[in-house]
Amino acid sequence: MVTTVFFYIFAGLAIACACSLVYHRNPLYSAISLIGVFISLACLYVTLAAPFIAVTQILVYAGAIMVLVVFVIMLLNLDDDNAFNRLKYLYGVAVVLGLALMTQTFFIFYAVLKTPQNPSTNTTAGLTQSIGETMYTEYLLPVEIVGIMLLMAIVGAVVLSRRLNQPQIELMKAQEDFETFQERNEY
Amino acid sequence: MESVIKTIFPVVVLFGGATVAFGAVMGIVAYTVLAERKILGWLQGRIGPNRVGPWGILQPFADLLKFIFKEDIAPDKSTKFVYFLAPIVAVTCALIPMVVYPFGPPITSIDWSFLPYGLGEGVKQLPLTLAKIDVGVLFVLAITSVGVYGIALAGWSSNSKYSLMGGLRSSAQMISYELAMGASVLGVVMLAGTLDLNGIIHAQMHSPYRWFIIPQIIGFFVFLISAFAETNRVPFDLPEAETELVAGFHTEYSALKFALFFMAEYVNMFTVSVMAVTLFLGGWYVPGLTHIFDYGTVPYALVSAGAFFLKLFGFLFLYIWIRGTLPRFRFDQLMNFGWKFLLPVALANVILTICAIWLWQFMGWSLT
Repeated sequence: MVTTVFFYIFAGLAIACACSLVYHRNPLYSAISLIGVFISLACLYVTLAAPFIAVTQILVYAGAIMVLVVFVIMLLNLDDDNAFNRLKYLYGVAVVLGLALMTQTFFIFYAVLKTPQNPSTNTTAGLTQSIGETMYTEYLLPVEIVGIMLLMAIVGAVVLSRRLNQPQIELMKAQEDFETFQERNEY
Repeated sequence: MESVIKTIFPVVVLFGGATVAFGAVMGIVAYTVLAERKILGWLQGRIGPNRVGPWGILQPFADLLKFIFKEDIAPDKSTKFVYFLAPIVAVTCALIPMVVYPFGPPITSIDWSFLPYGLGEGVKQLPLTLAKIDVGVLFVLAITSVGVYGIALAGWSSNSKYSLMGGLRSSAQMISYELAMGASVLGVVMLAGTLDLNGIIHAQMHSPYRWFIIPQIIGFFVFLISAFAETNRVPFDLPEAETELVAGFHTEYSALKFALFFMAEYVNMFTVSVMAVTLFLGGWYVPGLTHIFDYGTVPYALVSAGAFFLKLFGFLFLYIWIRGTLPRFRFDQLMNFGWKFLLPVALANVILTICAIWLWQFMGWSLT
């Protein structure tokens, strides 16, 4: 009973925040609304007895990714978004995508209503220990792949943001000159 | 009637507990401010506040009244909605971790069957924690990481150079030191095998070291330093460096909104002190107390809760002591220290702990 009430509160909050995310012209207000969506989703996970996923949601999305987004918006000081006339063809794409999403939603409703109800007997699902055990036994390969991809992203960020000092730049220029010199001499 | 009472009763109990915990935390926070002014006074050869009440003990209430009756000024060019939202976000995120503070051991010895309408049926214990969350450590870290928004948005929406600089500095600092803090906690989590705060205290009760500060001394110091940085306290108080930035992110804030930021800072201090006590100093656990009182009785719980608050006051005193002692970092030094020293040390500690646990299990020695 209580979880149903909480579900309606947080689901309503998530939908309201999502609407305000789309309708606000000011990008910072949109970003704040998106944080609201993430936090209401985390509350929904708590009511679904998945505290670990809820906390991870807040830690990763609201605490890390959105901080970067808010930073960029604040530092670039973007003006209010104007209606782009040149992007009118996107309205058609939006309608098609919206219809696809609606169909998917109704299909999920249909599938959920069709499946026979048998309450899960597994009470430890969603707790930290069971998540860790399945992650490092049954789903080890996806975890490793995600880890390597994140490592690649970190290395890429370091390479992109690294500033070369003057001797290094001169060395690279000299190498390029030498290569062009060699190419010319071939002919 | 009886069923209505039975439904409402748990809610009433929960709200009552929350009110008591909130009152205790806010009272301690208010008197931390007074203690800070007094101790700083003594450290600097002054007397400190001594006019309001005997020894100045009514000073926090006088300060609060002053904050309430001051004029509330919002700058003309500020972004009004965000300007109002920022202090609310800061103080909310500071107060939420209160629900997982382990104030004391559960009381199991009281028989609740004397309650009318059979309300005491099936009640086994009275926990001295508001919520039993399986991932308490992560919960506290997550909520404090959301607290960055309060400061960043305050700095941006005030539309002032000083505020913006303070907000940016503070966000960069909090994001950087969050990593070292999370990594320093990992060692304790691995030794305890749980993320639950009360579970970690129980793991310390059964470990041969009694307190995790002994096997995790590196983790403790990394945690302590990053806790100072996370709460924007001296020597890491760059967000509000008075000599450079007027008052940093809250330059443009006045009256009750300033008071909310002030309160958030001290509640955050309280939270990281609770975390340090719980993770490294055994929380409410007093070694050898089971020889005097039985676990689960009321006197055991009272003595344990007293020990918890005593350790907590020790940490709060350390905060004030260091504020009276150390000068402020330079910003580039702060960033270099966080990324190039503290984070590698924390990661090395994690690897060292993994190797030690593996060795212990390999040799067949008992960890507990």
